[in-house]
Amino acid sequence: MRHLLAALLLLMATALPVLAIQPDEMLPDAGMEARARVIGKDLRCLVCQNQSIDDSDAELARDLRTLVRQRLLVGDSDAQAKQYIVDRYGDYVLLKPPFRAGTLVLWLGPAALLLSALGAAVLFYRRRAGTAVTADSAPPPLTAEESRRVAALFEDDKQS
Amino acid sequence: MIAETGHFALILALFVAIIQAVVPLVGAHRGDRAWMDVARPAALAQFLLIGLAFGALTWCYVTSDFSVLNVAQNSHTDKPMLYKVSGVWANHEGSMLLWVLILALYGVAVSAFGGNLPPALRARALSVQSMISIGFILFILLTSNPFARLDPAPLNGNGLNPLLQDPGLAFHPPFLYLGYVGFSMAFSFAIAALIEGRVDAAWARWVRPWTLAAWVFLTLGIALGSWWAYYTLGWGGYWYWDPVENASFMPWLVGTALLHSSIVVEKRDTLKAWTILLAIIAFSLSLLGTFLVRSGVLTSVHSFATDPARGVFVLGLLFVCTGGSLTLFAIRAPSLKAGGLFAPMSREGSLLLNNVLMSTAAGTVLLGTLYPLIADALNLGKISVGPPFFNGVFLPLMVPVVVTMTVGPLLSWKRSDLGSALARLKLAFVAALAVAIGSWLMAGGSATPLLAAGGFGLAAWLFVGSLLEWGERVRLFRAPFGESLRRAAHLPRATYGMTLAHAGLAVVIAGLTGSATWTTEKIQVMRPGDTMEVAGYELTLQGTEEVKGPNYTALRATFHTTKNGVFVADLKPEKRQYTMPPRPTTDAAIHTNMIGDLYAVIGEPDGKGGFVTRLYYNTLVPWIFLGAVIMVFGGLVSLTDRRHRVGAPLRKPQTLAAPAAAKA
Amino acid sequence: MRRILYLLPVVVFLVLGGFFWRGLQMDPQLIPSPMIDKPAPAFALPPLKTDKPGLASADLQGKVTLVSFFASWCVPCRAEHPLLMELAATHQVNLVGVNYKDKPEDALAWLGKLGDPYAAIGADRDGRVGIDFGVYGVPESYVIDKQGRIRFKQTGPFTVEDISNKLLPLVAELSK
Repeated sequence: MRHLLAALLLLMATALPVLAIQPDEMLPDAGMEARARVIGKDLRCLVCQNQSIDDSDAELARDLRTLVRQRLLVGDSDAQAKQYIVDRYGDYVLLKPPFRAGTLVLWLGPAALLLSALGAAVLFYRRRAGTAVTADSAPPPLTAEESRRVAALFEDDKQS
Repeated sequence: MIAETGHFALILALFVAIIQAVVPLVGAHRGDRAWMDVARPAALAQFLLIGLAFGALTWCYVTSDFSVLNVAQNSHTDKPMLYKVSGVWANHEGSMLLWVLILALYGVAVSAFGGNLPPALRARALSVQSMISIGFILFILLTSNPFARLDPAPLNGNGLNPLLQDPGLAFHPPFLYLGYVGFSMAFSFAIAALIEGRVDAAWARWVRPWTLAAWVFLTLGIALGSWWAYYTLGWGGYWYWDPVENASFMPWLVGTALLHSSIVVEKRDTLKAWTILLAIIAFSLSLLGTFLVRSGVLTSVHSFATDPARGVFVLGLLFVCTGGSLTLFAIRAPSLKAGGLFAPMSREGSLLLNNVLMSTAAGTVLLGTLYPLIADALNLGKISVGPPFFNGVFLPLMVPVVVTMTVGPLLSWKRSDLGSALARLKLAFVAALAVAIGSWLMAGGSATPLLAAGGFGLAAWLFVGSLLEWGERVRLFRAPFGESLRRAAHLPRATYGMTLAHAGLAVVIAGLTGSATWTTEKIQVMRPGDTMEVAGYELTLQGTEEVKGPNYTALRATFHTTKNGVFVADLKPEKRQYTMPPRPTTDAAIHTNMIGDLYAVIGEPDGKGGFVTRLYYNTLVPWIFLGAVIMVFGGLVSLTDRRHRVGAPLRKPQTLAAPAAAKA
Repeated sequence: MRRILYLLPVVVFLVLGGFFWRGLQMDPQLIPSPMIDKPAPAFALPPLKTDKPGLASADLQGKVTLVSFFASWCVPCRAEHPLLMELAATHQVNLVGVNYKDKPEDALAWLGKLGDPYAAIGADRDGRVGIDFGVYGVPESYVIDKQGRIRFKQTGPFTVEDISNKLLPLVAELSK
């Protein structure tokens, strides 16, 4: 079943994106066409491996591009046009995952990762601070004999 | 016969690997020099045997021996010789053979050039390296045998996917593997250090060249792949945050962190646990990449034909390697002796921050890549995580990295003063501001180019900052010029490597910003004789002709290009139809003046004498690849640093009595 | 405390490993339909054959229907077809077809050669009705209940197990 599905999808998808959007799909209104391009970049081509419908050469991608433009012509806003497609294909078709309960970990994850990594660094410093040189754990001051030897060593160093 | 020899050689290599994995490790534990020394000849033997196997497979491809299943599935007599050879690694089985060949290559390199490594460390590292080899050779022999025969042998093969019949893509996998797999050496050294229970400056000094070499190759491999996508796929895109691309990018991010963290271990004997962990994670991410590409767990343009049985095996390898090493880390790392103390505001502190940021970046990419899988497994539905997510989350994370990249090298070790470092970067700040405002004005001064202005400003900050740091080191303009020159000549090469790599990254950032914001695109139907204007250039479609290649026929168009009436070039894009397998590809024609690329693509005929044409002017895209080359060059310069050949000095324990005795 | 921190990487890895293991058993290409339990989209398609009615959403009321999207250029459809022929013969469900993005002459020839199990066939030349159903490949089949709601989607061809384990029990349930 899985293999047949793979074969089916292979059949549907063209080799790899070769040309993507064609001139005959483009809307005459430049502003609307620009909107359609931006929306297209956010919608996933379902029969391709990881491309947007704007980038893909597959028939379904072309159909969806046309559909987006039709919706814009009918007066849909960008969000409405996208929602029209999401209603039929699910959240999978959005390349930018929606922010909802199921994707909370995804969207908040990076900030959480940064905070944990910073936290680890802070812990690192804290633990080191515990073993840092404090007034109590500082070594005892040099004796007169040791001071003399240190001075002699410095003299040595200067002359060499 | 040749195929069987290759197969046999591989089996022999497995036995050698087993010996190499066990004997030196036991030897190191027992302090038995003879047993430890088994590692070096074993590594050589393993490399020669696997090399033999690889050579055998290559021979089968070159002679088009279709009785070998792998050759029949992936090759064809009409293919040009270069692609017959690159076809060896353009499929799953062959590429795994390349993997183990490179594993063995690093092993034999350490055994050959690691003469002044402490014997126990070398023995343990080679032993761990061999354990990895065992896993992968078993994987090949049991699930992915490239030497399987096909009976009866067909007259000709299925041919190679035309998209892969390209010089850029022919070299992309070898460099990528030299990178990925190269991190295995850092991994082996890290495990060896954990087993030994000691991580010190000497260890960091030994690990560095291997990590650096891997990093250089990985950077080159990623850049090659990206460049290939740019000129082949037909609309100038070069990075898609595809799972397999991410799988190569994550080791790069962690590898970069590893390179920087190991400096601290070497210089100040601290951050040991962090560095070991980074070494383990870098290679684990390479393994993860292997799993993702070959198991069918994620959809990707890059996946090889997927087979769940293989996925299970690689997952098993992942469990053993990563699970085992992280467990060893949990047990042994706490007992690593902590070294020098430092204040948060210091060179070490900035490198620790670098660790934090780069790891977070890698973690973010990992999260986005794996989330569809996680969501599906938890029944949260099928979702897609595409470029909008990655761009939105990754790029902001990189801003602090770039900002601190110029400050860090100016801080002194142990404890430093931020104010004085920033004071020395005044010029960089001015440059950044000037570039940002200038580019904003050039783009029209409205809201959208604000991000672009930021990007260019950052690039300028990094570039000028890197040069300023070098200037500080040679006391440029503060000391007589002769002295500066003298200092410059005596600077360690690693310093030049750093300056080049950082400056290279600045160039890349500028390229990325320019390409994202200042690209012109014109898509239309053109008839022979029509002219389009693109970014100041006039392109006239002069005509089309049919051209025959070795295994394809092509429609070739000629665009006569002028600028202000002056002839620039004739761009000749092609639309090819390959014979075996029957697939079309586009070959864009690119003319570069190093500031931007004029990019022309010929498309379908419209049936009325015209053709769909796509014309682009991609501003600053060449800088992306130029910058990558500069970074690679910087890494190579660093590799030639004398210190890597000399090794770190051993600290001899000094007693207080000795100098007194000398004086007396 | 310190020890726990050092254990974190291993723990995180094991959790991820669990997900990978689960992932090996799933199919990333299988996209669930958001239209389950929602009313079938409104549509009216012209007939493919002169002697067989076309298909409209109004026809889906009052009985349990299996809407099968097929095309003559689709290879897996050919594999599924004998099963549909058998299914039609049992009269357990109202089997109708939508010819998706196909040339009528090709579709007619295909059905002529392989047999026609459908009670009605609508011709969806441009695929718009397909998109309204959320079709992204062929073959795909939808079970519609008596109230005209979509209750089940089969992506890809039916296997014998799919029909006996998933389809027929559901149809029996909905027919009550």
